[in-house]
Amino acid sequence: MPTATYAGKAVTVNDEGFFEDPSQWTEAMAPEIARAEGIEELTEPQWQVIKFMRAEYAEKGTGPTVRVLGKTSGVSVKELYQLFPKGPAKVAAKIAGIPKPRGCI
Amino acid sequence: MDKRIVFLGGGTGGTLGANRLRRLWPVEDVEIVVVDRNDDHVYQPGLLFVPFGLAHTEEIVRPRHHQLHQGIEFRQVPVERVDIATDTVHLEDGTALGYDVLVVASGSILVEEETEGLTGPGWMEKVFTFYDIAGAAALHDALDAFDGGRMVVNVVDMPIKCPVAPLEFCFLADWYFQQRGIRDKVELTYVTPLDGAFTKPVASKRLAGLMEEKGVALVTEFNTGQVDGSGGRLVAYDGRQVDFDLAVVVPLHGGASYVARSPGLGDELGFVPVDEHTLQSVSSPNIFAIGDAAGVPTSKAGSVTHFEGEVLVENVRRFLADEPLDASYDGHANCFIETGFGKALLIDFNYDTEPLPGHYPTSVGLPLLKESRLNHLGKLMFQTLYWHSLLPGRDLPGVGSAMPARGKQTESAR
Repeated sequence: MPTATYAGKAVTVNDEGFFEDPSQWTEAMAPEIARAEGIEELTEPQWQVIKFMRAEYAEKGTGPTVRVLGKTSGVSVKELYQLFPKGPAKVAAKIAGIPKPRGCI
Repeated sequence: MDKRIVFLGGGTGGTLGANRLRRLWPVEDVEIVVVDRNDDHVYQPGLLFVPFGLAHTEEIVRPRHHQLHQGIEFRQVPVERVDIATDTVHLEDGTALGYDVLVVASGSILVEEETEGLTGPGWMEKVFTFYDIAGAAALHDALDAFDGGRMVVNVVDMPIKCPVAPLEFCFLADWYFQQRGIRDKVELTYVTPLDGAFTKPVASKRLAGLMEEKGVALVTEFNTGQVDGSGGRLVAYDGRQVDFDLAVVVPLHGGASYVARSPGLGDELGFVPVDEHTLQSVSSPNIFAIGDAAGVPTSKAGSVTHFEGEVLVENVRRFLADEPLDASYDGHANCFIETGFGKALLIDFNYDTEPLPGHYPTSVGLPLLKESRLNHLGKLMFQTLYWHSLLPGRDLPGVGSAMPARGKQTESAR
């Protein structure tokens, strides 16, 4: 299993860079992961989505898909793409330190 | 015992579930009611063939009530909402139906209106879906009149019914335009939100290879934000565009509309969260869900519904007998993938095992992940089995609910 180092700590990630164990994540790691995804500085609305992703994961065991995010996070799908142009669910999940949303079966 | 089991939905899951349960108790002990808003049972795998003139709509629709065994009451009325606190279904005709066990079997519906522009200008003129009867029939006429140009097949987002059907549509389109002698005038493109042709890696690779062989271009990670019918283009949320002369779109899916009007019953998309092995609702022990209506991490497909049937029936029985539930549903799915020219592939998988090459159900069975004429015949034969064995609740010889591992080539054997 590959590892990555964020905020000075080694964490286990999968081949695509998603956290294997969300409990290894801390808020201090998010800016570094975001930079690797091309986001220089996390804005308040981006933080809001990241925190929402973590809360959903904690409750349901899987991160929400873009469509579900658009229905439940208070941020529309269009705005979500403005916040995370490379794909809101995937990028926000990665920065939030949770596994890739498994909505797509 | 004086109990009532109510099924909401008289499609594949509701019909086979009610028919199997009916055998377990005399009518005077357990009443079984199936509620549906209409009396048209559609053999949904047949919809794929309609646009190409390989099936006609009247051949794939039969009355729902005819598929239900004696002793099952059929009520044709839309559901207003379910009150899970009082175990009551409120129907649109103003009546209320109490239940001891409720089975949600109302499938998934198409929510075209959730995608900007999809039902706007050009809808049913140059933008179609083959996921319902009216769309499939209209697309047949449009294909007939299509003399060449850019055709795109687009999946807006998952989950959708039968995730292989849009790929099959591409393969059949390649065959169809070759038959008509105009394949060189048609540019075929498959536009998907996924990062590959399919969701599971081994099958995705094999299917992407087939697309390439058949000259179907693949556009991945495309999240359709808008369908511009008059301008002839799909627009993704990230700004990318794909131009078309004819678009075949698989709209977003959701659960039946009454689910959203029933607090505590469903999730954000209207599907019913259930334990993935017992099919029991996570919110109410006397509610179960089967088929597309169930929020479980496997394909929304008839084969899944069929394989869930056995566990559902056993668990409704156990629940009423106050016994611990059977947690044996493994996510088994089995799909024939029509590839044109009288051939098809077969894939077989479950929650833990992705589709692998080999044979089904044993090492001398149908070839897996490989085109063959036998698989095509299997697909055709299945329609008869559907009406005469699967819906009546008969066991299909050699086809068990759990995924067979024998016959499959695992990584080490390949």
